[in-house]
Amino acid sequence: MRNILIGITAAVSLSVIVPAVNAEEAAPLSLAATTPITSAEVTGSVPQKLNVSKANVFNRLLKKIKDPNAAPPDDGIHDRANDAVFALQPPKVAYEGLPTTTFGNHVDWVKALDDGLLNPRYDRVDPDVEPFIMDLDIVRPVKASVPDVVFPHKPHTQWLHCSNCHPKIFIPQRLANTISMSAIILGQKCGVCHGKVSFPPETTSCKKCHSKPKPADWKPPLSQATVKNPWR
Amino acid sequence: MGAKMERTSVWKFALLGVLGWVSVFLMPQPAEAEYADVVINNYADAAGMRPVVFPHWYHRIRFRCKVCHADLGFKFKAGGNKITMAKIIDGKFCGACHNGEVSWSVENCGMCHSGIPGTPTHISGSTVQRLVAPAYKALPQ
Ligand code: HEC
Ligand code: HEC
Ligand code: HEC
Ligand code: HEC
Ligand code: HEC
Ligand code: HEC
Repeated sequence: MRNILIGITAAVSLSVIVPAVNAEEAAPLSLAATTPITSAEVTGSVPQKLNVSKANVFNRLLKKIKDPNAAPPDDGIHDRANDAVFALQPPKVAYEGLPTTTFGNHVDWVKALDDGLLNPRYDRVDPDVEPFIMDLDIVRPVKASVPDVVFPHKPHTQWLHCSNCHPKIFIPQRLANTISMSAIILGQKCGVCHGKVSFPPETTSCKKCHSKPKPADWKPPLSQATVKNPWR
Repeated sequence: MGAKMERTSVWKFALLGVLGWVSVFLMPQPAEAEYADVVINNYADAAGMRPVVFPHWYHRIRFRCKVCHADLGFKFKAGGNKITMAKIIDGKFCGACHNGEVSWSVENCGMCHSGIPGTPTHISGSTVQRLVAPAYKALPQ
């Protein structure tokens, strides 16, 4: 009974998906073939047959995520043949009412905690243990034109323990650590967490870390190779 | 009980069918797994079990990172803790909570072993994997 139903569901979804995909691919071609006259009338140009190579598609590399908080059965890593997958909670149900962002889990975890919308335990069994929070900001001047980095201990110690960072990831001394953006993106330093579990570096998240604006008279240093170029 | 189970599963699959239709229109492209979901598959595939999927988002709503990554000693590395069922039933790693006391117990195999067979150990949505020219680093053995 169940197997038959699974079969029917699968067959129905397949038969819908397949023509839908074909129709999408075929659409621009058939349009070009059947409506050259109208397009000529509108644009006044000689009608042209579209024959753009597949190598020249608009987005060769950009991959957009359609649904960042997909339910477990639809997320591409859970096995739909496993009944337990349907007992797992869809993230969207849990995120209802939490402040949103445009990256990572699409949840602003720091704000959610500050607003009292979450109360995760600091101890495995005792819900009343208070976290040991330290409020110390470390400013890291950045050579590039982006705002300087402020590392705030407060949101980190709300979630983590000192030993999660000190001394394995960072020597606990101001500016004693060499940190670069490439290291972060490759998963070192701040990137041990940011880009894995905490909010990732993306165009819309840069300013969460790069939060201290440069002085108004700040100018980026000039490249010597160009300054010295006699042909300039 | 059998009849009741049968009826609920009929509805479950009817709902699935409807969801299938809806998803065809809403999500023609494959969706991506939730950010920070960890697939752990050092041994599961080889033992004929589905890989384990660990949802960070679900656990961080209930526990701060400190509980797992300081108190319980989970290293910051997908697959890096070499978790086995022997350790779990001795109360280590997932077994510190999935023991019928803090959370549901270990006999619910399918809740943890929920991944698509053949999926390698990784953390989903990570910056390293999403780069246009991926900078994969093989797991040290
Ligand atoms: C610090 C305690 C703790 C540890 C360690 C832990 N869990 Fe959990 N887990 C929980 C609790 C609490 C729940 C919620 C239980 C409930 O809903 O009754 C849960 C729920 C889950 C769920 C179900 C999520 C859902 O959608 O309902 C999965 C899957 C899971 N854990 C997997 C794991 C795996 C795999 C590990 C080890 C790698 C692990 N957990 C380690 C406490 C823990
Ligand atoms: C998320 C990681 C992280 C956590 C958790 C963390 N720190 Fe730090 N800490 C840093 C970083 C980054 C610096 C700056 C290092 C640098 O500039 O090179 C720092 C610097 C420090 C310094 C040096 C300050 C100075 O003025 O020289 C001290 C002391 C310190 N941390 C103590 C602590 C204590 C105590 C805790 C726990 C309550 C803690 N840290 C938790 C990342 C962390
Ligand atoms: C051990 C893990 C870890 C490391 C290492 C770490 N962070 Fe974080 N960071 C977190 C967590 C967890 C949060 C909470 C927000 C989240 O999860 O998205 C956070 C939050 C932040 C916030 C607060 C954002 C807000 O919404 O207010 C800033 C800023 C930040 N991190 C900067 C840094 C910088 C800069 C470094 C490196 C010097 C760093 N972090 C290293 C785990 C880490
Ligand atoms: C998790 C925090 C964090 C995020 C998110 C982040 N940065 Fe950075 N960035 C840093 C830190 C820390 C440094 C090193 C500062 C220093 O020199 O001490 C840095 C340095 C830089 C530099 C200087 C060059 C270098 O490698 O030192 C540039 C440029 C930069 N970031 C750009 C960006 C852009 C663009 C984004 C958004 C895609 C971004 N950053 C997101 C923390 C962050
Ligand atoms: C709380 C989550 C959880 C539950 C429940 C669970 N497992 Fe596991 N299991 C794991 C994790 C994590 C691993 C390590 C996966 C890996 O690295 O491949 C694992 C590994 C395994 C392995 C391979 C390694 C070994 O120990 O031999 C087998 C076989 C296995 N599990 C069977 C089971 C069976 C059978 C059940 C139900 C009785 C079960 N598991 C329930 C989390 C769980
Ligand atoms: C319930 C336990 C639990 C909690 C709470 C938890 N984690 Fe994890 N974390 C895990 C497990 C399990 C793994 C995978 C370890 C493995 O595969 O051996 C992991 C892996 C990681 C990794 C490694 C990813 C990689 O491969 O580079 C990072 C970073 C991380 N966690 C950060 C965090 C941060 C930050 C928080 C708090 C916001 C957090 N975790 C909360 C259990 C937890």
